[in-house]
Amino acid sequence: MSEVAERGPGRLRRLVDRFDLRAMPYVLVSPYFLLFTVFGLFPLGFTLWVSMHKWRLAGEKEFVGLDNYGFLLTNGNFWNATYNTIGMFVMATLPQLALALLLANALNKRMRGRLLLRMGILLPMVTSVVAVAIVFSQLFSYRYGMINWGLESLGFDRIDWQADRLPSWLAISTMVDWRWTGYNAIIFLAAMQTIPRDLYEAAAIDGASPRRQFWQITIPQLRPVIIFVVFISTMGGLMLFAEPMMFGSGRYDGGAAGNFQTIGLYIVQAFRERNNYGLAAAAAWLLFMLILIIALINYLFTNRIRGNK
Amino acid sequence: MSTRRGSGVRLWDATPLTRITLVFALLLSVWPLYWMVVIASRSVSDATAMPPPLLPGGNLGDNISRALTDDSANLMTGLLNSFIVAGTVTVSVVVISTMAGFAFAKLRFRGRQVLLVSVLLTMMVPLQHVGVVPLYIMMIELNWTNTMQAVILPFLVNGFGIFLMRQYTMQAVPDELIEAARMDGAATWKIYLRVVLPAVRPGMAVLALLTFMQNWNEFLWPLMILRPDNPTVQVAIRGLSNTNYGTDYSMIFTGTLLSIVPLVIIFIAFGRQIVGGLMEGAVKS
Repeated sequence: MSEVAERGPGRLRRLVDRFDLRAMPYVLVSPYFLLFTVFGLFPLGFTLWVSMHKWRLAGEKEFVGLDNYGFLLTNGNFWNATYNTIGMFVMATLPQLALALLLANALNKRMRGRLLLRMGILLPMVTSVVAVAIVFSQLFSYRYGMINWGLESLGFDRIDWQADRLPSWLAISTMVDWRWTGYNAIIFLAAMQTIPRDLYEAAAIDGASPRRQFWQITIPQLRPVIIFVVFISTMGGLMLFAEPMMFGSGRYDGGAAGNFQTIGLYIVQAFRERNNYGLAAAAAWLLFMLILIIALINYLFTNRIRGNK
Repeated sequence: MSTRRGSGVRLWDATPLTRITLVFALLLSVWPLYWMVVIASRSVSDATAMPPPLLPGGNLGDNISRALTDDSANLMTGLLNSFIVAGTVTVSVVVISTMAGFAFAKLRFRGRQVLLVSVLLTMMVPLQHVGVVPLYIMMIELNWTNTMQAVILPFLVNGFGIFLMRQYTMQAVPDELIEAARMDGAATWKIYLRVVLPAVRPGMAVLALLTFMQNWNEFLWPLMILRPDNPTVQVAIRGLSNTNYGTDYSMIFTGTLLSIVPLVIIFIAFGRQIVGGLMEGAVKS
């Protein structure tokens, strides 16, 4: 194209140049925005539309306004799912962040074979959620699970991990943490390595202990990355689906008493089992709202880390 | 980031806290995978034996053929489908992200900042959940249920990829290089092909590896849109746990093991780049 232009008259050449400078950037970024509009933005809006209808796969679609939302907000099962989702999110995220920080701090030492160590703790990330859930569900099984076997060998009673709320949350949180702690540690590590050495040297001269240096230099310097990691964990934690589903033998009800049904499972149950698309769509929007609210709370909270300085 | 090898202390010379933390973390990281290998190589009854077996056995070959031929799971089809899906998505994400990453890193245009922030915001949309109902309705309308395009299309773009490539382009391609090419009269697309692409190749490799892994592991959407006779690998191993034979853990674990083999090979071959790429992308996005 440009070869032709080069040989053509100057006017055309200038036009081509103008196009190249003005329009090419938009041409380069447009595939993303086009595809995102079709497969991201449109579904988001369409979900809102569906959520205000009595919508099944076949038959009339009847506009019902906010009825689906009203139903959900007064529905015990939905609140149960919300409670479970938030509970497991908190239960998984807090230890995960603490462990990741501890690990990153340990990995930050100058050490031989550090690449292998880093790869080792990152290995779980390679494993799919389904694979993790299958293996851990077996490890946590009541009769044949290694964890109950360990508990019994140590003289404790075996635990029915699926039957009660806290044990099931613990089992599912373990799956989440196993897969993601190393990943978060690598991200923290990356940020730790950008902290200037002289900050620590100055603190050491002033007589600050390593522990104090960690709290007063490392943590405040990591603030942006902590916000990032908390944000990613929030997204992942609130969308929990595969782990509780596989833990519950592939069903969407989250155990007989629904004690580990998440909003993700609730949405899919409403839509696949009950064929209630409107309700599923409304639940999806409420989940989206919940994510935004918790992201905001996280942001306000992590913002205060600066105060330690 | 210093990656000089062989410098620093040995692990066993580190402080006790560091040593315990790292050894413990490594054991925990590797154990479930090792356990998968143990059960996958043992007989059905070994899998539920108490005390649990600690070493691999000799039944791996037998278990593999059972897992691959199980006709309710269709693991073979699943593996093949996942290669197609993850491969296609990877090519698309890498191409689209390098283009947009180049534009955001090196070109000046009106609305650049706003567009960049909106890419960041799009990463906040939990597409798998919010999108599942409307995407399903769309695919029904298009008559695309149980097809590969239904699984591929929603994942063709990825905001993270754009950020990674923008970051990589900013540091791998000096502005002077682009200015020099412009002085020589090169058009933008020529600069992209001749100057930028060769320079960002390592970044592309990292993005490709991460994207392939992520899409190989995709579960919710394929589970919704595909029938069990035409699954992706994740849907297939889920199917293994619901076969008629009850819970045959050695076969289920073998299928699970087969499902992660491609990723483990990639990880062992390119681990250094993956770790480096994650660390690169993390700090500056």
